[in-house]
Amino acid sequence: MKKHVLSLLVENNSGVLSRIAGLFARRGYNIDSLTVGITENTKVSRITIVTSGDEKTLEQIKKQLNKIIDVIKVLEIDPDKEVCRELVFIKVKATDGNRSDIISISKLFRANVVDVGRESLVFEITGIYSKVEAFFRMMEPYGILEFVRSGATGLQRGKNLL
Amino acid sequence: MLASKLILKCLELEGVDTIFGYPGGALLPLYNALIDSDITHVLVRNEQAAPHCASGYAREKGTVGVCMATSGPGATNLITGIATAYMDSIPIVAITGQVNRALIGTDAFQEADITGATQPFTKRSYLVTNADDLPRIFKEAFHIARTGRPGPVLIDIPKDVQEENIKIYDFDKPVNIVGYKPHYEGHTGQIKKAIRVIKSAKRPVIYAGGGIVLSKAEEELITFAEKNKIPVITTLMGVGCFPQTHPMYCGVIGSHGYQYTSEIMEKADLCFCVGARMSDRGTTPSKELIDDMILVHIDIDPAEIGKNVYQTNIPIVGDAKIVLGQLLEKDIGLQTEQWHEEIREIKERIPVDYSENIPYVGVNPKLVFKTLSDLTREETTLVADVGLNQFWASLYFKIYGGRKFFTSGGLGTMGYSVPAAIGAYLAKENADRQIVAVCGDGSFQMFIGELAVIGEQKMNIKIIMIRNRKLGMVRQLQKNVYGKNGYFGTDLSFDIHFDKIAEAYDLEYYCIDSDDAIEEQLTKVLQSDQSCLVECVVDEDFLYI
Repeated sequence: MKKHVLSLLVENNSGVLSRIAGLFARRGYNIDSLTVGITENTKVSRITIVTSGDEKTLEQIKKQLNKIIDVIKVLEIDPDKEVCRELVFIKVKATDGNRSDIISISKLFRANVVDVGRESLVFEITGIYSKVEAFFRMMEPYGILEFVRSGATGLQRGKNLL
Repeated sequence: MLASKLILKCLELEGVDTIFGYPGGALLPLYNALIDSDITHVLVRNEQAAPHCASGYAREKGTVGVCMATSGPGATNLITGIATAYMDSIPIVAITGQVNRALIGTDAFQEADITGATQPFTKRSYLVTNADDLPRIFKEAFHIARTGRPGPVLIDIPKDVQEENIKIYDFDKPVNIVGYKPHYEGHTGQIKKAIRVIKSAKRPVIYAGGGIVLSKAEEELITFAEKNKIPVITTLMGVGCFPQTHPMYCGVIGSHGYQYTSEIMEKADLCFCVGARMSDRGTTPSKELIDDMILVHIDIDPAEIGKNVYQTNIPIVGDAKIVLGQLLEKDIGLQTEQWHEEIREIKERIPVDYSENIPYVGVNPKLVFKTLSDLTREETTLVADVGLNQFWASLYFKIYGGRKFFTSGGLGTMGYSVPAAIGAYLAKENADRQIVAVCGDGSFQMFIGELAVIGEQKMNIKIIMIRNRKLGMVRQLQKNVYGKNGYFGTDLSFDIHFDKIAEAYDLEYYCIDSDDAIEEQLTKVLQSDQSCLVECVVDEDFLYI
């Protein structure tokens, strides 16, 4: 199913996140990831939701989100056209023998080494979904111990504002 | 000003004159303030009745109904009624007491997260943590409840907030909610497109729902139908939005509907759906049907367009009254004589039949409703409960002119009728207006305690109870699905003396046990100036619609 990135401006009221999460749960919509953060306006927060579903479902999701009174705006962001990134930390098994190989691969992906241990490496990588997936595939043979993904977040290009 | 007094001031400014409530520890300050207030407080006997009362009140008066309950169990008892109002888009404001702010989150005595619990079926819910916000919150709550697609709003107020002293307050500050701006006017481009498709229709129908009643668009609908000669079908929630005595009236659609209506619907080539959501219970037209049919869908809630029926050809977001007004400005000029001829033929072929050929004991409920319809005056509000009584009421009691019909259509909440009738009774503006509640012996027993409100206030409400000693509609489903050996848990044959219940609550009691007695008994009931409980003895196997 196709992934869709939705960017929302919401009023910073208590319970707004719960209303949004509740809506997805109640109506059986998927949440692949959800991020929340403050904005330039202290009364407003910005939420990015990655969801999957067909066109009909997506249309309903947007309409139902708009129906929530605390939701100010809903915009679908095309990750290929707009700025859209995800922050990932990934811990990979490493030995004295393969450490430099792993690091050289990571450079191709512009991943940063943020921790070096005797038996492991922790990388920080920022990118769109496909880049992160590709890096994961390259790391898999060495052994991925654990990872954490922030979920995608994004902004429109140019002078357009949400 | 004391916050509790300020809350009542806010209510008065919103035009509230009646509150249906039940007190408790967390509402003590507010109840104390009520002593000196002009607002009438009606003490329900179970909080569960309060939102239904508020709903009946709101529907009768065309305004916002208000109910109130204390924290914890009081608040949770409101939930079903709030959900009922949400499904039927009825504007109510529910006020709940909450434990002191410092105790929130500690599982204190009578603490319940009511804003969280009611989240899925309120338009908005507020937990007031700062007393200064009260004027704004109340103004917003009433604004949200009554505008756009109406619905319930909940305000949860901790006890210590009610006790605060507020020095600076402003009641006149206009409401400004950035994320809430309902569209009332239809998009002119869409209106033009709609007119184009209506013009080319040969067999159009208007599919009218509760939105017509909510936006008070009955006159516009009649004019639109008459001017363009388009027949009108209504949903259950739309019953009464178009006079059922009108020659262009084509019945109620869906599981509560007439067979002839379904046939007309199936033959239509254009469905002009206004203020309805095409629910599964009304009709979700089959894919084959919708493929050949043009669907024009007018609704104030954009999310309803394309939700139950995805293939909407012309969506118009807007208020029914305003959009119909916009459409009336244009000349459409339809030739539908042949279609009306076809409809006449269908109506004659599948007539509405009150008789019953299979032998039965007691009365024919269809005749009860037909006779009730013939005998009651035009100024009548009929509140139907849920179950077989709702089917019979919606099909055989004619709504036209000044008559109104209320029921719990969306959630199907049993026990709605008596509390909603109480609300309607207190809201009616014409003293002569007759309020009739119809229910089964199952739904009647859900709110027996509320008879105390009727008795105490000396209301003149007629309660028509279909007594078949069974949960008739569930039993019918069991029969349809599992056959006659499938009856289980639907037996109410324990011999209750309803005459004694009527006596206990100071209601007149009547029993109708044969078809011959219907007219005579109902005449007496309707002539009485007292509240009456009418027990209609109906055969347990009289399941036929």
